[in-house]
Amino acid sequence: MVTNNGIVYLIALPLIGSLLLLLLGRKADKWGHLLATALSASSFAVGLFQLSEMLSRETENRPVTQKLFNWISVGSFNVDASLLLDQLSICFVLLITGVGTLIHIYSISYMSHDKDRRRFFAYLNLFIAAMLLLVLGDSYLNLYVGWEGVGLASYLLIGFWNQKQAYATASKKAFVMNRIGDMGLSFAIMIAFASLGTVSFSGVKEQAHYASEATMTAIGVALLIAAVGKSAQFPLQAWLGDAMAGPTPVSALIHAATMVTAGVYLIVRSNFVFEAAPTAQLLVLIVGAITLMFGAIVGTAKDDIKKVLAASTMSQIGYMILGAGLGPAGYAFAIMHLLTHGFFKAGMFLGAGSVMHGMNDEVNMRKYGALRKFMPITFITFGLGYLAIIGVPPFAGFYSKDMIIETAFNAGGLKGILLGSTALLGAAITAFYMTRVMILTFTSPKRWDEDQHPHESPILMWAPMAILAIGSVTSGFLLSRGNALKHWLEPLFEEHGEHQELLAPIVVSGLTLLMVAIGVASAVIKYQLSDVDEVAPESVSTFTRFARRDLLQDDINEALFMRPGQAITSALVKIDERVVDGAVRGIGKIAIGSGAQLRKVQTGYVRSYAALILVGAVALIAAIWVVTQ
Amino acid sequence: MSLDNYLYLSAILFTIGAVGVVVRRNAIVVFMCVELMLNAANLTLVTFSRINGTLDGQVVAFFTMVVAACEVVVGLAIIVTIYRSRRSASIDDANLLKR
Repeated sequence: MVTNNGIVYLIALPLIGSLLLLLLGRKADKWGHLLATALSASSFAVGLFQLSEMLSRETENRPVTQKLFNWISVGSFNVDASLLLDQLSICFVLLITGVGTLIHIYSISYMSHDKDRRRFFAYLNLFIAAMLLLVLGDSYLNLYVGWEGVGLASYLLIGFWNQKQAYATASKKAFVMNRIGDMGLSFAIMIAFASLGTVSFSGVKEQAHYASEATMTAIGVALLIAAVGKSAQFPLQAWLGDAMAGPTPVSALIHAATMVTAGVYLIVRSNFVFEAAPTAQLLVLIVGAITLMFGAIVGTAKDDIKKVLAASTMSQIGYMILGAGLGPAGYAFAIMHLLTHGFFKAGMFLGAGSVMHGMNDEVNMRKYGALRKFMPITFITFGLGYLAIIGVPPFAGFYSKDMIIETAFNAGGLKGILLGSTALLGAAITAFYMTRVMILTFTSPKRWDEDQHPHESPILMWAPMAILAIGSVTSGFLLSRGNALKHWLEPLFEEHGEHQELLAPIVVSGLTLLMVAIGVASAVIKYQLSDVDEVAPESVSTFTRFARRDLLQDDINEALFMRPGQAITSALVKIDERVVDGAVRGIGKIAIGSGAQLRKVQTGYVRSYAALILVGAVALIAAIWVVTQ
Repeated sequence: MSLDNYLYLSAILFTIGAVGVVVRRNAIVVFMCVELMLNAANLTLVTFSRINGTLDGQVVAFFTMVVAACEVVVGLAIIVTIYRSRRSASIDDANLLKR
């Protein structure tokens, strides 16, 4: 494979930025944000340069590697810290650095009133660097380093305003739930090391042909747990909604570019594992299908604009996981949806931030309304993202989501019909809740108080939104034109060749558009043509109440894990106090007690001592006499 | 007359001394009882010297006398000092070490 010593700059630039900003401290307050943005942008430039280099090479020579140093060398086991830049990673690199840079630019203005802006940018750079390391590592072990770095950076950023108790708790929740996923990844690495003897992607890929299916299933399930944790998929989805505690640019970064896409990357990158483990692959499909419905249902019930977007991310990532579970036919579409989603979701989150910026940080959509007039640019950019996510042609989401639905139907048999209809239904619900957001925020009558003065955001904020909106419009078309992305990624996957078409593409597209139209129409009837309550109505069905409580995800987690965990902990504390501490204290008490008893022997009376000496002497002599007789 | 009788006598003397040490409270009497025990031991040594026909026992008896003399000097000094400070020669009153 071709080596290229330029890959490391992709990671090094933002990493240096974050270190500089953190180490220099307050000295860097004046220019820290500019440095961070510049470094992120230059990382993007390096990415573009790498892409142009890659394009100029033959297909088989496109992946390049760079060995940084020999990391672990024990006997025959060798792990180098080395980077791999291939067709898949370059997609992520450009998404992470590109969208990341736009979010940096946006944050300059969004965080301008925060006295800790420099620290914020340091964390943003750290986040970018960790995510780049994640997608550039050439082995699971290298990936793991980035994986943990992403977890750390997200913890720092979600809890950035940790002076509020609830926000600090949210960051802790995200971190803890991510740890469960991390455990899955470490298990996968251990199993791979123990049974395959290698942890590099190429090594595992080679071994996948010879290893038993049970081994590959174990690795696949462990990898799925990892992906589920990082990508907020069912059943580890509960952290994503609370992660909205972070500043809005962080949400945009987490949802579009860095964090939650890691799970999809992991599954697509480990395609050889899942190809060899059909059970694990089926689990991937189930997780994806459940999550896409879960997120969509939760999205319909939320009034907090950021929480709706968070639920929608969960649902869209569900689509990607579903696509990734469909095998070689779906990988490219999963990645395509990931890229288009990166554009429109980042754009919409930045739009939501812009709305909050103009509305004194109000997040309740029932207190919005009629903002179209006051924030025309936000309205247009958000609207383009909206059209993209619900999948209206020719916007980006149409191409990618449609492809996933079509591939799901073509999976064949009952499975295909079930998955396809789930994805189809999800598309309708997506259209419903996103239309609801649009109506409640922008087009319905105003419901805010007179002391609110909504206004358009400054150019530093709307320019990134505009660029992302352009991406939301064009990316789908560009990526799918002549199956560009599919052919680009093809060399990485082993094609099985058998393509069955259950439904013609045009039928699927027609069905999808019909479902989308139904979703949009019902939202318009419910919210545009009738009045919207300023307070969420109380008399609602049980199901709605469940959906408002995130389908009881926290209640279930609390009942199943938290309370038993607390019970075990308090039981262990009691055991520690009573048994362990009791034993230690008991020994002490024995010593003290026996001392107290023995002390009484020392009467202080000379006569009793003398008597004892006498008795002792007599006993001694008697003993000698007995022995010598 | 058998030499054993000397041994019986010394055993009786020793026992009287020991009992005196244990039961009497007056330090002077206890002291005299200690002397009695030492002399009982001396008598035993001398008797055994006679029985065995060697001088070893008599030599050791001299040592005992020297030790007893030293003991009397030190012991009486202690008793007098205690009496001066506590106005009592009862050994049961001298129990400071207990506390």
